Amino acid sequence: MFAKTGEGAGSGAEPAAHRPGGPMVEIRGVDVAFRTGDRTVQALSSIELTVERGEFLSIAGPSGCGKSTLLRVVAGLTSPTAGEVALRGSPVLGPRRDVGFVFQRAALLDWRTARGNILFQAEMRGLPKAWARKRADELMELTGLTGFEKAMPFELSGGMQQRVSLCRALLHEPDVLLMDEPFGALDALTRENMNIELRRIWERTGMTVVLVTHSVAEAVYLASRTVVMGPRPGRVIEEFPVELPGHRDYERTLKNAEFQRITSRVRELLGSTAPAD
Amino acid sequence: MAPQAQHVSDPPSAAVADDDRTATKPVRRRRPPSAVTGAVYPVTFLALLTVAWFVVTATELVQPYIIPSPGDTWSTFTDHGAYLWEHTLVTTGETVAGFVIAAVVGILVAVLMVYSPALEKTFYPLILFAQVVPKIAIAPLFVVWLGFGTSPKILVAVLMAFFPVVISGISGLRSVDPELLELTSTMGASRLKTFWKVRFPAALPELLSGLKVAATLAVTGAVVGEFVGANSGLGYVILQANGNIDTPMLFAALIIMSALGVLLFALIQLAEMLLIPWHASRRNRV
Ligand SMILES: Nc1ncnc2c1ncn2[C@@H]1O[C@H](COP(=O)(O)OP(=O)(O)O)[C@@H](O)[C@H]1O
Ligand SMILES: [Mg+2]
Repeated sequence: MFAKTGEGAGSGAEPAAHRPGGPMVEIRGVDVAFRTGDRTVQALSSIELTVERGEFLSIAGPSGCGKSTLLRVVAGLTSPTAGEVALRGSPVLGPRRDVGFVFQRAALLDWRTARGNILFQAEMRGLPKAWARKRADELMELTGLTGFEKAMPFELSGGMQQRVSLCRALLHEPDVLLMDEPFGALDALTRENMNIELRRIWERTGMTVVLVTHSVAEAVYLASRTVVMGPRPGRVIEEFPVELPGHRDYERTLKNAEFQRITSRVRELLGSTAPAD
Repeated sequence: MAPQAQHVSDPPSAAVADDDRTATKPVRRRRPPSAVTGAVYPVTFLALLTVAWFVVTATELVQPYIIPSPGDTWSTFTDHGAYLWEHTLVTTGETVAGFVIAAVVGILVAVLMVYSPALEKTFYPLILFAQVVPKIAIAPLFVVWLGFGTSPKILVAVLMAFFPVVISGISGLRSVDPELLELTSTMGASRLKTFWKVRFPAALPELLSGLKVAATLAVTGAVVGEFVGANSGLGYVILQANGNIDTPMLFAALIIMSALGVLLFALIQLAEMLLIPWHASRRNRV
């Protein structure tokens, strides 16, 4: 209930929030061009994308195809050169407060404990302290951080740091969780575990997630829909609904024929758009 | 978290169990190194230096008017204690005043320059000029402007100490992870709140290193100011002693000046230990 008060500047259209099942994110004809010196880079070109409420959308694509830019446009951190973005029906005109963001690097405050880093979100927003503490404890339990409340970031492994970052992004009950290659810096085993855990959290909470990743397996295992992007200019090449069981056992999913069909198709597309990096 | 066997079909804890192997257990924050063990090396070195000093002067390897004996120097402290104390207080006052002004103004200027590119362009040449102009050459001008009181000495101290504060302040404030700043912009907090909760704490490690340098330079600044025109302070004591070829007094004044610099340095080191126990440079020190 507290997060619902957190609206971005200039987003006043409240009614959309009461329309259950309506689109959470609407991206209409978005172009983003960056001018560096006298060269212009077309980072995104005519992006049309809708993310439904409660959907887990993953975006896969080679480096430099505009995946990060797309997430930043949704959060209002980058303004599109053309086109429109709406969150819960209200247009995105500046940095939005109703999103949660997780970057590849955990970007924690070195001088705060794990719990302090999670509560940072609440302090900056001026959320009620008692409520925030309770919610932080719940999230730490959900992500397996119980017992590490007082640990400083330098005492935590990369995976644990990213859990803290995830808790921080979820503290204010955002309408949409945006993740930019969140597990890209982790070793393979930790990454797998984080995938299993993120999927479990999503199955339990039913939140709306947009996840950008390099890993095809990650993109397909986690998502209800996978979008493949291509470079120069950054664009959507194809979309795949991932019709796998709602509750996904990791090992079994990896052996699933449909999973393998989608991943090989995605790999084919990625192979044909750009050299693998 | 109970250690559990890895069963992928048991989502709630399966992932946790494995990752824990790579996680450090939440340890108590490491204690700062003991002052006693940390002091062994420098104290030993100083003791050896004093012994060498004894030997050199006792064997009359050099004339006493060039290097006085430790005994003569010690007698200066005991015989002229009140005189030295009085002038030490003057120099200490100028140094501390100069350092505090330089720190406050320096941090303010650093903040302004980081937040406003226009101000940065305006201030930068000025600050650079203030840094490169020889302080000893500009000090007489301050005497002309401000007279023979303490203010020209404080001003030289400020001028000396200012630069490292500004430079370390700017680089510290810029050291914040840009993604962290973007994250805070999605939290809707005011710029002031972002400054106090993110930028300033992130700048502290670099800022404190700059302040350490500034503290030692402030001592030099105050003494340089006294050289140019003063009737009190350790710089004045040195000039007097020099005129009388009173090397024991010269040595005494030099020792006090060094002690003053070291004391200020140590105070900031202490502040560092209290303010940024999380920082790597302190954490890894043994
Ligand atoms: N702030 C910026 N200024 C200039 N060019 C940028 C900026 N951000 C991204 N780009 C360019 O836009 C393209 C897409 O970048 P990005 O969205 O980071 O791709 P991805 O996340 O898929 O690797 C790249 O060519 C990149 O160099
Ligand atoms: Mg990227």
